[in-house]
Amino acid sequence: MNRIISLKEIHADDRPRVGGKAYALWRLANGGFTIPDTLCVTSDVYREFVSRTGLRERMLLELHRKDFKEMRWEEIWDCATRIRNMFLTQGFPEDLYQDLQKNLQDHFQNRSVAVRSSAPDEDDARSSFAGLHASYINLSGAAAIIKHIRLVWASLWSDAALLYRQEIGLDVEKSAMAVVVQETIAGDCSGVAFTRDPNNSRQAVIESVHGLNQGLVDGEIEPDRWMIDRESGNIVRHTQPERRHWFIPGRGGVDRAALPDEKAGRPPLSEQTVKTVWATARKAEKYFQAPQDVEWTYLEKRLTLLQSRPITTLGSGNTEDQRGWYLSLHRSFDNLKDLRRKIEEELIPAMVDVAEKLGEKDLSGLSEAALAAEIRRRWEINHKWVNVYWTDFIPYAHGVRLFGQVYNDAVQPKDPHEFIDLLTDTDMASLARNNMLLELAAIIRHNQILKQKLKQGDDTDLDPGFKSMVDAFIEKFGDLSCAVTGGKDCVLGTAPLFRLLLELSEHPPPVSMRKGGRAKRLQENFINSFSGQEKDGACELLDLARSSYRLRDDDNIYLGRIEARLLAAVQEAKRRLQERPAEALQSVLEEIDFKEGSAIQSSPAHAAGKYPLQARQLTGQPSGPGISKGKARVIMHHSELADFKSGEILVCDAVDPNMTFVVPLAAAVVERRGGMLIHGAIIAREYGLPCITGVPDATTLIKTGDDITVDGYLGIVTIGETGESVTKKENDNGP
Amino acid sequence: METQERFRKRLADLFNSQKLASLSTQKNGQPYASLVAFHAADDLKQLFFVTPKTTRKFANLRADSRVAVMVNNSANADSDFHKAISVTAVGTAHEVTGTEKERVLSQYLAKHPYLQDFARAKTCALVGVRVASYYMVRNFQNVTEWHISS
Repeated sequence: MNRIISLKEIHADDRPRVGGKAYALWRLANGGFTIPDTLCVTSDVYREFVSRTGLRERMLLELHRKDFKEMRWEEIWDCATRIRNMFLTQGFPEDLYQDLQKNLQDHFQNRSVAVRSSAPDEDDARSSFAGLHASYINLSGAAAIIKHIRLVWASLWSDAALLYRQEIGLDVEKSAMAVVVQETIAGDCSGVAFTRDPNNSRQAVIESVHGLNQGLVDGEIEPDRWMIDRESGNIVRHTQPERRHWFIPGRGGVDRAALPDEKAGRPPLSEQTVKTVWATARKAEKYFQAPQDVEWTYLEKRLTLLQSRPITTLGSGNTEDQRGWYLSLHRSFDNLKDLRRKIEEELIPAMVDVAEKLGEKDLSGLSEAALAAEIRRRWEINHKWVNVYWTDFIPYAHGVRLFGQVYNDAVQPKDPHEFIDLLTDTDMASLARNNMLLELAAIIRHNQILKQKLKQGDDTDLDPGFKSMVDAFIEKFGDLSCAVTGGKDCVLGTAPLFRLLLELSEHPPPVSMRKGGRAKRLQENFINSFSGQEKDGACELLDLARSSYRLRDDDNIYLGRIEARLLAAVQEAKRRLQERPAEALQSVLEEIDFKEGSAIQSSPAHAAGKYPLQARQLTGQPSGPGISKGKARVIMHHSELADFKSGEILVCDAVDPNMTFVVPLAAAVVERRGGMLIHGAIIAREYGLPCITGVPDATTLIKTGDDITVDGYLGIVTIGETGESVTKKENDNGP
Repeated sequence: METQERFRKRLADLFNSQKLASLSTQKNGQPYASLVAFHAADDLKQLFFVTPKTTRKFANLRADSRVAVMVNNSANADSDFHKAISVTAVGTAHEVTGTEKERVLSQYLAKHPYLQDFARAKTCALVGVRVASYYMVRNFQNVTEWHISS
């Protein structure tokens, strides 16, 4: 049976083999509609590829690493990234590759084509999940087409598909993906037509942009929009946007470019062509006997349909369903560039300014009523910035993910998370804090008198130079007693800062992973995998990724400084309440119910259950390579951090940026919250420590003092004796 | 009594048809059994498997290299009692390293391609078992032995 077939070779019962999109195109062609020259790589080819190469079982191993219900979206994204990389790097069986190559080359020669997903259930009225799977346009040559067929196959397992796995019936044993390879038509204008407006059943909607459809489909470019009366076919309303950009074929894909003035000044469609699009879409609706979402393009007065599918809407309508929100975090490069400008030029300077101004206010001089009002004001300010964190900072983190995808496509590394190592050469506020701590520890290490004094808990009459450094540290980052960056005096007595410094001073300083030059080598390799103008684009994306990576850590610290001002006012109120009752203060504290560090944390682990069984090996996501052995230190509360001893293994629910100062002491990091790009993983990679994230119930199954071995290559935590003697941290990231 | 050639053919067929084996180890007199994904050398003189070095089985191997490995084709059905073949190999285990490791690993991964990330991890060991004897059980209680060393 042929692996690649033309539309003419499709039969009525071929839908499972050719997928929804190819099947709909076949029907359109049979109905006399104009469609592009199209071939279909059947789903049998996908099955052959994953079976013969063992990829199916590799995917199953990956997908069964952890129960989906326990996975956060970030872990699902990581999982999809690993599967995508498997598809990219898995060798093809030679005969299969040659067969595909010959068929594609013979048919398309060097014509430009689009490679689109055609999943069996896709575009079906019951489950039209538009946008779950990938499509690529403007590719030429068999090698490029086959590479993108791999990527379309991989998109069967995209994070979006995994999130909606139940609705679309995703199943590794059964699911398969056919691929449509279609001649590219570089239309003068393109668009979509909804033959029935989901919000008004008497109307239809036609949207159009100049050039290619990509900008419209991705929501990058606002289209002209016409509302059509379904019965009369008359235009009811035409909404015109400010036309500034268009998408045109570029090297190896599409480029967003400024729209020439001549086009910017007029709508992409005339009244007459709007009516032609409507008539054609209406014909498709009648032909398929259901309202259609038709994608079309106009080239030199010839209207071509790119696809047609029944109208459905994504999502369950359930407000608890956050999946739509997760998927909205996928941002385009241009969108991220706009976001970066806003964050770096407006939001962060404003946050720094707010924290400084709040810090200038003398709380002790305020009356009770004024202090209560000040607490309320600070609570509102803090609340506002927490919202900014969710609406602007969290989506900006996608910059790192976008970079990761481009990196993997270009470099095709063995380790799909290698791009993180490249980004470790980025300055972050939490590292600046750790470096200041190490400097202070070095002073103590070389000054026995100072060390003795601090050991005895005596922090009076300190050397003025040392004292001023400590004060500068506290001013900038707080005294480490609070779960909020910049907070002070959350515990009484000797500040945890000195205990930590003493512990750090007892041991040689950790070796920074930055000295090896690995990040630099990876960067060069990445940039060199592009040529010409694309190099500039790669550099620009890398710069954005660094900024996104830095903000991922720094945002918590900026936010922490504002929260610390709220904390300071709350502490002042509590101090006064201990002295005497004050109703205004009591009621404001009850009203805001302030819990430090709680605003932006993820959901905590399940409540500790009783485990009659003893855990021996726990698995999670290998997030930092290396292997280490040591005593576990399970951190449940921020106050326990000060007890951390050098060489222990940090086990916790979630490492937040305000905990990362103990990481230089740790031999490894284990955390319940999963993800390759979470703070614990990032900071562990900085210090070259083995790290495993996403270990369910890590903090209940592992006890402080347990001997554990952390295998950061495989993602296995072993509790108890192991045969392998691991005498020191081992990793392969170093010089 | 069947010929050695026939015996070897049966062994090779069984090993080609099966992916998993039971490995028996011991430490301080305490036996321990584990399931491993195995591969047999063409000459049948060695069996190979991969394990993380942090496992109990690997600790046991370090303490005592003598092992038993069982491979069988039972299907959890009544017919197993007359149809199933079970082979037990006894021998000594060693960690395969250097160029030999790469050679064996590529054969091993041809049989278990889905294990490539696992098998190539730095913390995994490729273990070879030099087989001293095979014991094949067929037709319920028909046992044949092959002592390779003799």
